[in-house]
Parts: sequence; structure tokens; C-alpha cells
Amino acid sequence: MTLAPDVLALQLLTGLALGALYALLAIGLSLIFGMLTVVNFAHGAFFMVGAYVGFFLYGLTGSFWASLVGAPLAVGAVGLVVERFLVRPLYGRGLDYPLLLTFGLAYVLVEIVRILFGKQGLPFDTPEALSGAVDVWVGYFPLYRLFVIGAAAAATLAVWLFIDKTSYGLIIRAGARDPVIVRILGIDIARVWLAIFGIGAALAGFAGVLAAPLQGVAPEMGDTVLAEAFVVTVIGGMGSLLGAVVAGLLVGVTISMTSLFAPEMARVCVFALMALVLLVRPQGMFGRAGLLS
Amino acid sequence: MRPLSLALTAQRARDGTDALTRRRVLIAALFLGVFPWLMPYKALAINVLIYGLYAVGFNLLYGYLGMLSFGHAAFFGTGAYGCGIVVARWGKPWFLAIPAGVFSAAVVALAIGYLAIRTRGIYFAMVTLALAQCVYYVFFQAESLTGGENGLRGVNVRSISLPGVSLNLLRPTTKYYFILFFVVVALWIVSRILASPFGAVIEAIREREARARACGYNVAAFKLITFVVSGALCGLAGALNAIHLSTVPIESLVYETSGLAVIMSLLGGTGTFFGPFVGAAAFLLIQDLTALWTEHWQLIAGAVYMIFVLFFPRGIWGSVLEWLYR
Repeated sequence: MTLAPDVLALQLLTGLALGALYALLAIGLSLIFGMLTVVNFAHGAFFMVGAYVGFFLYGLTGSFWASLVGAPLAVGAVGLVVERFLVRPLYGRGLDYPLLLTFGLAYVLVEIVRILFGKQGLPFDTPEALSGAVDVWVGYFPLYRLFVIGAAAAATLAVWLFIDKTSYGLIIRAGARDPVIVRILGIDIARVWLAIFGIGAALAGFAGVLAAPLQGVAPEMGDTVLAEAFVVTVIGGMGSLLGAVVAGLLVGVTISMTSLFAPEMARVCVFALMALVLLVRPQGMFGRAGLLS
Repeated sequence: MRPLSLALTAQRARDGTDALTRRRVLIAALFLGVFPWLMPYKALAINVLIYGLYAVGFNLLYGYLGMLSFGHAAFFGTGAYGCGIVVARWGKPWFLAIPAGVFSAAVVALAIGYLAIRTRGIYFAMVTLALAQCVYYVFFQAESLTGGENGLRGVNVRSISLPGVSLNLLRPTTKYYFILFFVVVALWIVSRILASPFGAVIEAIREREARARACGYNVAAFKLITFVVSGALCGLAGALNAIHLSTVPIESLVYETSGLAVIMSLLGGTGTFFGPFVGAAAFLLIQDLTALWTEHWQLIAGAVYMIFVLFFPRGIWGSVLEWLYR
């Protein structure tokens, strides 16, 4: 097989589009973990619910933009309810319990979607305005994938600006360092946690609706994504936004590049990458050592 | 960080002062001996045996060592495929196939455990989940050996001839007692491990790892050995399931199967000897009864599980024990 550089370049772009979705998921996971020390096993289910809400709104309004805005809002609202009524009673009971609970929640969410939309996966058409291919100098590339990269980059930038540049972000960063001191300073940390869980869920929902035109929607679509999002957070380092972005793109590119040479090895390669990182640097590329001990 | 009451229970258990604990394997064997007649039908009883053993294997790791794995489907599935391939592909008898399944599960557990125990706490749950997913992809791709997406067909062990007797496994009752034999042996092994100094050390690691290390125990080695034993027990459950079903579905390896061990152990009560069996029976009964009037039994099972996590974290059997030793 001869591989021209332009084929490689296009495959690299495909990998970046995939990686952008992983990065969005990993940022949500990382935010929730960094603040609440909750590993959200329902993150894959939030991704799936986002895709289905997008599917529903697309069918209802005929506008992809409506689903692009509506899905994150809806999933964010679900996240708020989940944190307030299901996760909050478990704080102080050990790290395992929120994890076990969100795992059960994923189970229930998948089944609710099956009841509402059926067990079979459904196709999701690429919106008219974003279909087709554009000339990206090395060749023609699907416009929608470019849009995914752009939208994910915009969302990531927004989250980074919010956390790093605003006064709310200052509270969030302080809360991740030491929630007790923040509370002593007179800030209602419970509301911050609620908001963070909502934002993390909304990011997962946004990734879900972005992914829907690429792969369609199916009740089980969150399961594989959850495992891959975990791989990304393990590689990048839990609690690090930069790590989530770098590792997300790295994993996306790894998958797309290996599927060029050995398609059947593509998924396995990602786990090999994680194993390598674990052997060399158990806390992940950008993680702080001892964060989880 | 177990509440004092349960710690005391464990203390009594170790002292051997408690009749229920001292004779736990005998009690389990006697109860499981009459169990098929308490169930609506025999196939359900066999499922309780197999998934009960699966949950027991998981519980050894989570309940006693305190490490939460979300990847035990890898061992259940490898055990099933290991046993199934020896029978269906190579045409060897069952007494080679079952040990082959257990052994291959132990090897996979050694590989996954070696990587996973480098991480702690909730990282461990994520890494085991991811590595189990990797095992799934490997078996999925090795189509010539495993049958890929369609699963492995033709794991036919119809009759077993022992010196003097011939067992017809097509009879559900005979099959039940054939499987029960292995389950009781496994329970006896688990009971011995828990009653040994080794068992005391792993519980010490669960309570406070730093202190166990300060006492001079090689914590990493204890973790890895427990992980492998736990994987081998789940592999045995998988191997028995392959013989029970005559096939190995690819679903044996998926994430939901890993979750099943978690759900069953938590429903029954983690860190208790009988809990996993109680949980497996409770879960399968919920599944069986709700499936009569709705195909969406997962919704009910998931909701019941969440209620237990929120309000009864000790599970059914754990709550009974707490009430007994008030």
C-alpha cells in the first residue's frame, strides 16, 4: 500500500475531529472529578441522551442549530437534577458511592431512551448547510468534520476562558484546591458543585449531538464512548483541562491513523497507549501525582 | 472505613465463635442443594449458581480488598471462551476445558492486574473498565477462533462419564448438581482464603493501606494475588456458563457484564460471604419477574439498585447481618 502525504493529512484531520469529541467528553469528566471528586459513570449516557435530544429537536424543528443549542441545555438540566437529588446525598460517604450510583443511573437512562425511541439505532442526517466537502489544500474533506473541530474548539475555549478569566472561575479553581476554605470565605460551595456537574453534563450532551451526524444515534452509543473517555482522562491526567485536550486529540489521531494501516487494531491500540502511559507515568501526562490516593 | 458493627462481625468470624461463619460452606452447600425446588424453574437456579459464583469472585476483590473493578467481564468472558474453544474447536473433554478456562482467565487477570494495581482508588475502576474493553476487542477480532460477533457455537458437553456413573447434562437437575459441585469447591477455597492470615491481611489493606504497608506487608503483591484469584473464580463461573449454555455469546465480555457483578454484589451486600449469592438471586428474580410484564426490566433493576446505593449501602444480606448483630 502506498500512502501519499495528502491521504495521511486528511486522515489526520479525521482523527482531530474524533479527538475533539473525546476532548469535550474528557473535559466534562475532568471538571466534575476535579471539583466534586465524583467519577461520573453516567457520562457516556449523558453523551447518548444529548444525541437523542438532538435527534428529537432536529425532527421537531427541522433545524440542526436548534438541536445544537437545545441538546446541551437539556442534558445540563438533567445533570443539575442528578447532582441535586442523587449525588448530593452521597458526599462524605466515600468515593465509591457516587461512582456506583452514576453507574446505575446510566443503566436507567439507556432503558428510558429505549422505551421512548426504540431499541434500534436511528440514522441522523448531516444538516444540509454542513454537508458536502471542502477543499482543504491537501484534498477534499467533509465540511461537517471541520465544523465538529471548530465547534469543539469553541466550546473548549469558552470553558477555559470561563474558568481561567472570570471571577466565577476563580471560585471554581479555589474550590478544587480547598473546598473548606472556600466555604469559610462565605461562598456556597454546594451551588458551585451543582453548576459544575451541570456544565460537565452539558459538555457531554454537546459532544453527543455533534457526534450524531457522524455515527447515527443508538441507545448503546454511550458505552464504548465511556471507556474511551476514561482512557483519555487516564492518559491526560485526571483533573487537568490541558491534559484532557491533548490526550483527546492524541487518542483520536491514534485511532484514525491505525485504522489506515490496520483497521482491526485501531481500538486496541488506544488501550495499548494507555497501558504505556500507566507504566511510565501512572498519574497521566498532566496529572498531579497523589491526587487520587 | 467500615462501621464498627460490621468490623466486629468480621472479628467474630475470624475468631470462629460464630456458628454461621464457622460452617458457612456447609450451610451454603446445604441451602444450594435444595435451592432448585425454591425457584420457579431449574434454568433460573443454574443462573443463580453461575452468577452467584461470578459475584463471589468480584466480591473477594471489592468487598474484602476494597478495590472496585469495572472490568470483571474480561475474566468471566475469557473463562467462557477458554473453556468453549477447548471443547468446540479442539474437541477435548470437559475436564481439560474447565481448568483451561480458569487458567486463561487467571493469565488475563495477571496481565490486567499488573497494570491496574499501579493505580489507586477510582482510577482503578476506570483502568479496569478500559482494559476489559480492550480484551473485548481482541476476542471480537479473533473471529476464526472465537466466532467474533456471532459468539462461539457448539460448546457441547452433553454427558459426562465418571467411574461408575454417567451424568446426562441435558437433564437440568443433573446439570445443576454438576455445576453446584464446582461452586461448592470454589466457595470452600474462598472461605479458606478469608479465614487464613492472607485473608486478614487483605482486609487490613482495605481498612488502611498505609498501615498495612507500615506493618511490613508487601501490599502490591497481596493486591495482585487477590486480583488473580478473583479473576480465576470469575473465569470458573464463565467456563461453567459456557457448558450451561453450549455457546459463548460475545456479550460475556461487554461492559454490562462487568456491571452485573457490581450490581449483584451491592444488592446482596459487599464484604459478606453469602451476600453475592443473595444479590445474584435477587437480581435474577427481579429480572425474571419483571420480564413477565415488561421488556424493560433493566429500568426496574437499575432503579432498585440505585435505591440500594442511596439508602441501603450494605445490601440485603449486609442489612440482615447488621440486624442480627445489633
